[in-house]
Amino acid sequence: MLRRIGVKSLDELYSDVPESLKLKKPYNLPSSQSEKEIRDFFDALGSQNRQLKCFAGAGHYDHYAPAVVGSLISRSEFLTAYTPYQPEISQGTLQYIFEYQTIMSRLTGLEVSNASMYDGATATAEAMLMAVAHARRRNRVLVSATVNPAVREVVDTYARYHGVVVDTIEAVDGVTSREDLDAKLAAGDVAGVIVAAPNYYGIVEDYSGWADACHAAKALFIMNSVAIDLASIKTPGEWGADIAAGDAQSLGMPLSFGGPYLGYLCATKALMRKMPGRIVGATTDDRGNRVFVLTLQAREQHIRREKATSNICSNQGLMALYATIYTSVMGTKGLEEVNGLGFSAAHYLAEALTETGKMRLKYPDKPFLNEMAMTADFDLDVFFAKAMENGILPGVRIDKNTILIAATDMLTRDDLDSYVMLVKTM
Amino acid sequence: MNREFYSKLIFELSRPGRRGYSLPSNGLGTAVNLPDNLSRDTALDLPQVDEPTVVRHYNNMSTNNFGVDTGFYPLGSCTMKYNPKINEEMASHRGFKSMHPATPAVASQGSLMLYYTLQWMLSEIGGMAEFTLNPFAGAHGELTGLMVIRAYHNSRGDVKRTKVIVPDSAHGTNPASAAVAGLEIVEVKSRPDGTVDVDDLRPLLDDTVAAVMMTNPNTLGIFEKNIPEIASLVHDAGALLYYDGANLNPMLGVARPGDMGFDVMHINLHKTFSTPHGGGGPGSGPVGVRAGLEQFLPNPRVVRRPDGSFDLVSSPDALGRVSATLGNFAVAARALSYILSLGQEGTMMAGTLATLNANYIKESLKDVYKLPIEGVCKHEFVFDGLADKSTGVTTLNVAKRLLDHGYHAPTIYFPLLFHESLMIEPTETESLDTIDEFIAVMRDIAREASETPDVVKTAPHNTPIGHPDDTEAALHPVTTFDQLSTTKD
Amino acid sequence: MSQIYYAPTHEYIVVDGNVGTIGITDYAQHALGNVVYVDMPEVDDEVEAGQDFGAIESVKAASDLISPVTGTVIEVNDALADNPRLVNQDPMANWIIKVEIADPTELDNLLDEEAYKAICK
Repeated sequence: MLRRIGVKSLDELYSDVPESLKLKKPYNLPSSQSEKEIRDFFDALGSQNRQLKCFAGAGHYDHYAPAVVGSLISRSEFLTAYTPYQPEISQGTLQYIFEYQTIMSRLTGLEVSNASMYDGATATAEAMLMAVAHARRRNRVLVSATVNPAVREVVDTYARYHGVVVDTIEAVDGVTSREDLDAKLAAGDVAGVIVAAPNYYGIVEDYSGWADACHAAKALFIMNSVAIDLASIKTPGEWGADIAAGDAQSLGMPLSFGGPYLGYLCATKALMRKMPGRIVGATTDDRGNRVFVLTLQAREQHIRREKATSNICSNQGLMALYATIYTSVMGTKGLEEVNGLGFSAAHYLAEALTETGKMRLKYPDKPFLNEMAMTADFDLDVFFAKAMENGILPGVRIDKNTILIAATDMLTRDDLDSYVMLVKTM
Repeated sequence: MNREFYSKLIFELSRPGRRGYSLPSNGLGTAVNLPDNLSRDTALDLPQVDEPTVVRHYNNMSTNNFGVDTGFYPLGSCTMKYNPKINEEMASHRGFKSMHPATPAVASQGSLMLYYTLQWMLSEIGGMAEFTLNPFAGAHGELTGLMVIRAYHNSRGDVKRTKVIVPDSAHGTNPASAAVAGLEIVEVKSRPDGTVDVDDLRPLLDDTVAAVMMTNPNTLGIFEKNIPEIASLVHDAGALLYYDGANLNPMLGVARPGDMGFDVMHINLHKTFSTPHGGGGPGSGPVGVRAGLEQFLPNPRVVRRPDGSFDLVSSPDALGRVSATLGNFAVAARALSYILSLGQEGTMMAGTLATLNANYIKESLKDVYKLPIEGVCKHEFVFDGLADKSTGVTTLNVAKRLLDHGYHAPTIYFPLLFHESLMIEPTETESLDTIDEFIAVMRDIAREASETPDVVKTAPHNTPIGHPDDTEAALHPVTTFDQLSTTKD
Repeated sequence: MSQIYYAPTHEYIVVDGNVGTIGITDYAQHALGNVVYVDMPEVDDEVEAGQDFGAIESVKAASDLISPVTGTVIEVNDALADNPRLVNQDPMANWIIKVEIADPTELDNLLDEEAYKAICK
């Protein structure tokens, strides 16, 4: 090989790299490990995690995924392909993205979906950028105080650097204030309004009339939702939203300590050409077949690059396949049943915990699906330590006295009762 | 391939009443009892299919796809290495798979240590002080890195730095990331040999420049020899130097971006560290910084406490948060498994072998394909189409003809410096046999282009589908099954 | 009497009194190839000389539409929404917007036919 290249040694391939820059000694890395040793290492690391019964949610939920999902997404033709730049040999990827777009469009009630975003937080931030680009000269965005704070922080980061002003719509009793929305819209400089359904506290808010109020002020109405919940709660489309953005991890994806998850972004047809990321479209080939291609590519940043309002390239392709297979296997009934199991478990738990006299709903009488904020009379530090010793991750703590508790199809009646027992001992 | 019999969409396989799942009962019911005005009103129409139907549907669909596991994938700038299977198993290891991201540190020491270990290894390989694994992809890493740079300048009250200098050969995401980060883009021209012209760069560097973004070797596969001089010019001007890690692979074992004078960098784990691309993600774009910039990395950061335990911290100096969680954790697990299997020895050799393969292909084909820049390349190189342009056979035609022979096409029409760019990156994981076969096929296509040009111009011929009508797709976009059904009626 | 001017960014403006009819040149439609979408402003929107007022997309490229003059949009060619390919068929007949010109002296900064043809070579 060296002879054909016309060099005498491998070193000569790097004769253009100044000697002063070259590594003087090998990387300080362990020496090559066999597969067995790698397994042992991961086993040892894994044993330092505690496997806990999950009552934590806050945007990411522990759902059961049928075995078929994991089996199919590990098909290596899907797994080891790059972005489908050559449609003639990428129909597998292109077709499942088309199916995914259809499923997300039906879930959110909006006409168009892109091929996926990184996670729910970045999807929401990109929805904000979309609203600002759409409004051309207005750059203020309102975000409800009931939006998940991690999502809010990502929105704030993107906004700060991109030059967008973000204001909060205040909440009263865990619910976004309509009065405050109207007051802030009145300034006439708002490009978009972001709310959550269900909100951070698990509450399903009533957004009747919100879309009209936003549209009257020429602002886009953006809704952040937990994907699986949309099988049961009123959808962004039904509320009149222009954009739906959120996380689809809830469609059976493993929690994996943070990812990979799946961000989704759907919009009305009028906004289709303003959407970031990739979109797959159907067309025909020269043999008359129905085929799929990446389309509206001209919008992508590589052409109008210095005016880009998004830089997303790689997305979460394989996780879009995950969501597609999960929803196909589960069907409408399956998703409704998952939500129903979460609903019944959460309501049972809320009632039983309230009965202990040691915890109560932070926002009583507010409708919720499978997650609720509960205030404790006891020291939550002690409670968390004790719960984890008993194999329970009791929720996500949101302030000194308050904990968000989520219930899913993964919990049995016994699991719920052990939680209640634990609280009784506090 | 079973396209003929299995090309339906999942929605077309749906039959009322079929189901493919089973769920446990919690004895408390399966109904959602929300008030009507808060409940979904329109019926949700998801497929009703049984498990065997789902399995056949997606298995057959997958056979219409080409992956690294199918064949050679010399896609320039994308570093399509083989993805070892052990990494997949480690990514879904039961010790990590069910960990909720909000698990307190005391109960997630294993996950945090995995994260910290990879963070540390990447710092060693990049010559950086610290890495964050939070960014989800290369472009996200670029955006995060530029935010680090803005946070640094802002912390010094140096707020007038609003420009980023980018070479004209840069990856398209560089300027796009700069625009999203609120920065203005200034292009610097390349010299005929494809490297940055220092004399052109010098006058652009003033106190309004926040950063210069470069990749080294650049997109032509040429090492930027003047990097020490460029680094000192950039630093003298008070700006920072950003390393686009898309082309890090050939530098493995040779030189580190930190030692070249770069202040901030990202690495594409799905390129250099062999995590599978998944048809366009999930990737991972960790960002590294030199000492003194750690506090600007995004929240939360994984740190090691003096007692040896691991924890999450957030800093008020940080640029903010770029992800709701710690990023694509399972992708990081794959990369760690990969680095462990290569070890010190393998990591030290990877770059050189990738460069060897690229040069071997270049020298074996340059008599029949036009090589615009002579000399030794790094991990990839660019041809400007066929040497013989008289036949009218274009780079696109050559790319499509390669599909007929069971190869993925190289990157085409990038970089924009040449009209017929054909960018080839073989990586180090291909055997000499594979590479020789690829060379033979490329030579066959060149010969075909002269002898029977129409065969090449009308390619592909053997792929599952023919040439799609892109114009129709863009003119009347049909992006869901529902729109498809409406169009038909 | 109407008069035609060109911008170096390949827009034309046909001026009749204080009304300017703006579109893209034949050279531009040729360079873009099959036009698939024209992103247009709304009536009453303000446009500014040298600033984008919309965008035009073909399968392979997207390009900003730059206004040759400052003014107010008085009419938008809605036919392009349904059939953007009209721009390819006859870019002069299929203009994009009409504006009320605010400052006729801006026209002096534009090119005449001869000068424009020279830059297209």
